[in-house]
Amino acid sequence: MRSTSGRLPEAFLATGSSSFTEFLGGQAPHLLPSGRPVPAGPIDAPHGTTIVALAYEGGVLLAGDRRATMGNIIANREMEKVFLTDVYSAVGIAGTAGVAIEVVRLFQVELEHYEKIEGLIMSLEGKANRLAAMIRGNLGLAMQGLSVVPLFAGWDTDAQFGRIYSYDVTGGCYEEHHHHSVGSGSLFARGALKKLWRPGLDADTATRIAVESLYDAADDDSATGGPDTMRRIFPTIALIDGDGARFVDQVVVAEHVSALVADRHGNPGGAP
Amino acid sequence: MTAGMPMYVSPEQLMKDRADFARKGIARGRAAVVMQYDGGILFVAHNPSRALHKISEIYDRIGFAAVGKYNEFENLRVAGVRWADLRGYSYDRVDVTARGLANAYAQTLGTVFTQEAKPYEVEIVVAEVGQTPAGDQIYRLTYDGSVTDEHGYAAMGAGADQIEQGLADQWRETLTLEEAVPTVAGLLGEGLPAGEFEVAVLDRSRPRRTFRRISGASLEALIA
Repeated sequence: MRSTSGRLPEAFLATGSSSFTEFLGGQAPHLLPSGRPVPAGPIDAPHGTTIVALAYEGGVLLAGDRRATMGNIIANREMEKVFLTDVYSAVGIAGTAGVAIEVVRLFQVELEHYEKIEGLIMSLEGKANRLAAMIRGNLGLAMQGLSVVPLFAGWDTDAQFGRIYSYDVTGGCYEEHHHHSVGSGSLFARGALKKLWRPGLDADTATRIAVESLYDAADDDSATGGPDTMRRIFPTIALIDGDGARFVDQVVVAEHVSALVADRHGNPGGAP
Repeated sequence: MTAGMPMYVSPEQLMKDRADFARKGIARGRAAVVMQYDGGILFVAHNPSRALHKISEIYDRIGFAAVGKYNEFENLRVAGVRWADLRGYSYDRVDVTARGLANAYAQTLGTVFTQEAKPYEVEIVVAEVGQTPAGDQIYRLTYDGSVTDEHGYAAMGAGADQIEQGLADQWRETLTLEEAVPTVAGLLGEGLPAGEFEVAVLDRSRPRRTFRRISGASLEALIA
C-alpha cells in the first residue's frame, strides 16, 4: 500500500476519480466487501430483520428493530440497523448483518470522500445510485445466501423533498412513495403502514406509526424483535429533513412504546 | 553526432537553484494563516475565489491550507484525503493523525524536490485540533520536504514574514473567533472586504467532523 520511501504512491496523487470505492479497489481490493473469496455452500451468519420508512410533512423517517437472528437463535438483541450516512441521508439494512454493516461503512466513507474531494455534497439520486452499485457488487455473496437489502432515505436539497429508495439483491433501485418496508417482518409492517399512514403527518405521529408497524411486524414474525421493556431496548428511529438527519432520542421512543403498549392492552391488534 | 560533455553543476548549486525557483513561485501567491484560537484552529486565506479552495477538510479533526501553485497543492490535498480515508477505513477513525499525514507529505515533497524535473512550488500547513488546546498540532511543510512543528500560528505566501511579526505581537491562545478573524484578516490585507477571504475552523466542540467553513453573512459579521 505504501512505497518503501514513505512517499505517497503515484495513485494517491493521480487526478481522476472522487470515488473511494474505486480507489480502494485499486489500492486494497481485499478490503472491499466483494473482494474476498467465499467458500461454497451455505453459511450460517446473523441476519438483521425489519426496516420501515415513511414520509411525513417536510421529511422522511427510517426505523428498524434491534434483533439479529441465526436460525432459531437470537444472535443479538440490541443491534443497530439504521445508520446516518451523511448530513442528509440514512440507511437501514436487512440481510446478513456482517456484510450489511461493512457495506454501510464503505457507503458512509464513499459519501464523505466525495464531499471532501469535490467540495460539495452528492445529489440524493447520486447517493442512491452509488448504493445500488455496491449492492450489485455484492451479488456473488448474495447467491451464497449472504444478501444485503437496504432501505435508503434522504432529503433532496434541490427539490426540498424527502425520498425513499428500495433495492433488490441485483442492485435494482426503486423510488418508493409514502412508505415502504424491507426484511423478514416487512409483510406485516407494510400492512400496518398501509392502514396508519396518511398525507400530512407530523414527525411525532410518524414516529408513533413507525413504532406501531415494527410492533406489528414483531407480533407475527419471530425474527423481528419487539420493544424489550425489561432491558429497555427500543427501535432505532432516524428523522431526515431540511435540518439534516438525526436519531430520535431513545427517551422519546420509550414514551411512544409505553403509550402503544397501554393502548394495545386488551386490544392486541390495535383496532381503532 | 557529437554529444558534448555534460556541464558540471555542483549539488549545492543545483539545490540552491531549485530552492530559489520554488521560493519565488510561493512568494508570488496570496498569503494564508493557520492559528489556534480559544475554540480550536482557525484557517484564513486571502482568496477571492469561491470555487478554488486553499483551505480544506482532510478528516474528522484535520484541516489543510496551502499557498503556491494550485494544481500542485490540489494534487497533494486530494492525496491527503485519500490517505486519511483509506487509513480510517482500514484501521479506525482515531488512527488518522496529522503527524502521519505530515510525514507522508514530507517524504513526497522531499522526493520530488531532489528527483523530479522541478520542485513543487507549494507550502502547506496540516493542522489537527486536539481534545484540549494542549493537543492542538500545526505542521508546516515547505517545498523541499522540511517539516516544522509550529506553536500557536503559521503564515505562508506573500509577505509571510511581516504577517508572522504581526501575529507575534497580537496572537494569544485565548483569542475568541470574533477577535481572531478580524485580526488575521487585517494582517492579510488591511481594509479588504469579507469576500476576499476564505475562512474555516476546526471547531473543538463539534462531535465528529470538526471542520466548518465560515462564509456569507456569518463571515461578513466577523469582518466588518
